[in-house]
This record gives sequence, structure tokens and C-alpha cells, in this order.
Amino acid sequence: MSPRIVVAGASMAGLRAAEQLRAAGWTGTITLVGDEPHMPYNRPPLSKEVLAGRAPFTSLAFRPRTSVADVEWRLGTKVVASRLCERIVELDDASALSYDGLVVATGMRPRRIRCPGPLAGRHTVRTLADARGLRDELTRPGARLVVVGAGFIGCEVAATAVGLGVREVRVVDPLPLPMVGPLGELLGRALLKRHEERGVRFSLGTGVAGFKGEDRVTGVVLGDGTVLPADVVVESVGSLANTEWLDGNGLDLADGVRTDEHLRVGGRPDVVAVGDVARFPNARYDGVARRVEHWSIPTDTAKHAAKVLVAHLNGVEAEWEPFAPLPTFWSDQHDFRLQSFGAPALGADDVRVLDGDPAGDVLVGYHHDGRLVGVVALGGPAAGAAAARHRAELLKQPALTAQGSA
Amino acid sequence: MKVVVDMNKCQDHGQCVFAAPDVFRLDENGRLGYVGDPDDALRDEVEEAADVCPLQAIRIED
Repeated sequence: MSPRIVVAGASMAGLRAAEQLRAAGWTGTITLVGDEPHMPYNRPPLSKEVLAGRAPFTSLAFRPRTSVADVEWRLGTKVVASRLCERIVELDDASALSYDGLVVATGMRPRRIRCPGPLAGRHTVRTLADARGLRDELTRPGARLVVVGAGFIGCEVAATAVGLGVREVRVVDPLPLPMVGPLGELLGRALLKRHEERGVRFSLGTGVAGFKGEDRVTGVVLGDGTVLPADVVVESVGSLANTEWLDGNGLDLADGVRTDEHLRVGGRPDVVAVGDVARFPNARYDGVARRVEHWSIPTDTAKHAAKVLVAHLNGVEAEWEPFAPLPTFWSDQHDFRLQSFGAPALGADDVRVLDGDPAGDVLVGYHHDGRLVGVVALGGPAAGAAAARHRAELLKQPALTAQGSA
Repeated sequence: MKVVVDMNKCQDHGQCVFAAPDVFRLDENGRLGYVGDPDDALRDEVEEAADVCPLQAIRIED
């Protein structure tokens, strides 16, 4: 029998892993197992173009490279358990697959709010089915939307809803500003102002205590007792790693699956993790293992993990530079874009305007020990271009040490 | 090698420019331009550019 690599998860990270396994010289079987019925598709448009009704599914589907035309797709099927010592994964159709190499690419699922109240009318945005269901409810005349969570998805959904003409759009978050975690206060304030000017209302500094309604939600109860009327609720309060199927193998699954500096799992050279489920140390920064939910991460992790795994399986001795991607993220909201390079969160205590003005196009720098570690642009294409000009500088910087100085 | 960018999809993120600077560029207004028939020697970087395009707007035709 041909040797086999099983890729658990058939979303972007799974697809990129399969492509990179072939690029790294793997000629054996590749089997991808994914719980959604669809071929891998691009998720960022779900909270924007799909919700707005501007993008059909065909425009979201990735075009797999011809090198993966022969891989086996087990779609609509979930990996439910694993025995890594025996190199076996079990699927929810009661079958099992043995493997020579395993790629963990099972991703994340939305965290839900655990409060009393009805479930109907409450949405998350992770899958195509989620986005379609939300769109159906938002496009009903007179719908009032409450978004819980002012992060990336919450802010994008609120902006898209305003564009759709939703009667009332309100965002709730226990933190004092939108996206304050990734952006810090300066840009958080600028973002708040822009959203308010475009019709989004905010209830900040307060959490959700419950939901009103019998069969379906009619209101959101805040921590201070205020009730916000709502016909539709979006819960965008973070995500949980899909790692239950790895339980019982002695792995560190505290938040995603812990990997070493080469994305290997549990000290096993035959198991790697890719995408947002991987909690990896970035050699560019402080060596602390973190999960990263940026869109670029599936591709970055797949490239590194695939070459390391294939070299091992092919019996090739090789030395690799530790995995050290330059983080990048963007977010499109209303008529503006946020574009980031580097690690702004590591420089949140020293934030400076590098160019422009928070009221217009602005470029903000984040510094650690006086050194630039990240930039974020807010505004139009010129701001994004200004951020891109700092990218080379961020790439050239020596690694931050664990003590935080170079 | 033939490269086609769906300019209806392109939103000028510029990630392709980082991946394949010999093939893609942004002009002074931040708008994308590209070489439609790059040398085959550039295939790796063009594939990389296609991978990192947030809109998946880049198609490589052999």
C-alpha cells in the first residue's frame, strides 16, 4: 500500500498543506478529511461580500493546484478520535484511517455565549451556511441587529449591516473600545468614531447577562440590566480550537495544539499542525507559543510544516531555520481598511502616529524598547501603501529575545 | 507562463507584490499592474503570489 498522509481538516489550511506536501516532494497518498460538505473556500468574504449578497459561492472556492488533483477528499466527515502511538485516526462514519504522517488542520469554531435565553435568532459567522443564514434574517425589513463582540468579525458584520440598510445596528463589548486588543487605544478611538459617523451605535464597557424572548431572541440584556431590543444577534466573541479528537494522546491542548518551532506536535516527527489551530512559537518574536488567526497563517504554516514532515517521512536529514512568519492582517469595514504588518500587540505600550492623522488616513507604529515591531494603517489605499513601505524594515529586524530586548 | 488577474476581484492589497516583485507592482495611486507573460523561471514566486492574494484573484495558465 502506498504510504499516506492524512490531513485532518479540509479548509484553507488543509488545502494549502496538501499543495505544499506535493511541492515538498511527497508522492504518496494524501487524504483530506473535513466536516463541511464544501471544497475549501475563502472565509474573509463571509462577513462582508457574502453577507452583503455580492459574492456567490463559486467566487469563494479556492482553485486547488493541479498537483493535488489526485488527493482523496473525505468531505462531510469529521475526525473524532486519534491514537497517535498507533498512527490511526477515527472518523465519525465509524471508519478509521492509518497514516504515515498526520497534519492537524481542524481549525476553530466560534465561541458561544453561555447565558440564559432562546437560541433562535442568534448567529455566528464562521461557515458559508452561517453567513447565508445571517443574511436571510438581516434582509428582513425593519430588522434590528445587536452584535456582541467588537473584534474583527463584529466590526465587519456591523459595517456590512449598515451597508445593507439594517434599521438599527448596535455593537456591545465589555472593553471600552472596538478592536482595542489588536489595535490599542489610539486606533480603537479612531475606529469607534468612524463607525459612529456611519450609523453604528455602541454599548461599550458592558457585557451580556442574558437574552430576552420565548421562541426566539427579542432583546439582549446587558450587565447593568439595560435591555437592547434585537431581532437578530451576532455572537462574535472569539473562537475555540477543534482539538477534542486529539484528547488522550498526552498533548498540550490548552489553547489549540502546542507545536515546537517547526510546527511538530508532541515531540512526534510524524505529526504537524497548521492554520489557526496551531499554537507555535514565532522565532521572530519572544518565543512564546501563540495561536494566530490571521488569514496568511494557513499558507505560512503549511509551507514550513510540509517540508519538515516530508523530509522526515522520506528519510532526509535536514536543518531548518525555525518558523518565523511576519504577521499581517487586514480588515475591510465600511469604506476604509485596516492593514497591519508585524506584531502591534507586542508594542501596545508605545504607539506613535508615523504619518497622517487619525481623522483621515493614518499610519500608526507600535514599538517595543523603542524599536518598531508593528504598523497599522487605517484609511484608504494610500495608507495601506504607507504601511507596506515599513514591511521591509520589520522583516529585517533581529528577533526579540525572551527578555524583550535585542 | 501566462498570468491573469481578475481586476473585478482585485482590491489592491499588494500581497502579490511582496511575493513576486518582478511580476506585480502597485503604482503611485496604490493600483495593481502586472506582467502577463512572465518568464517560467519566476513560476515559484508567481505561485506564491497566487496563494497569498486575499481575493484569490490571480490565475496561472500554463
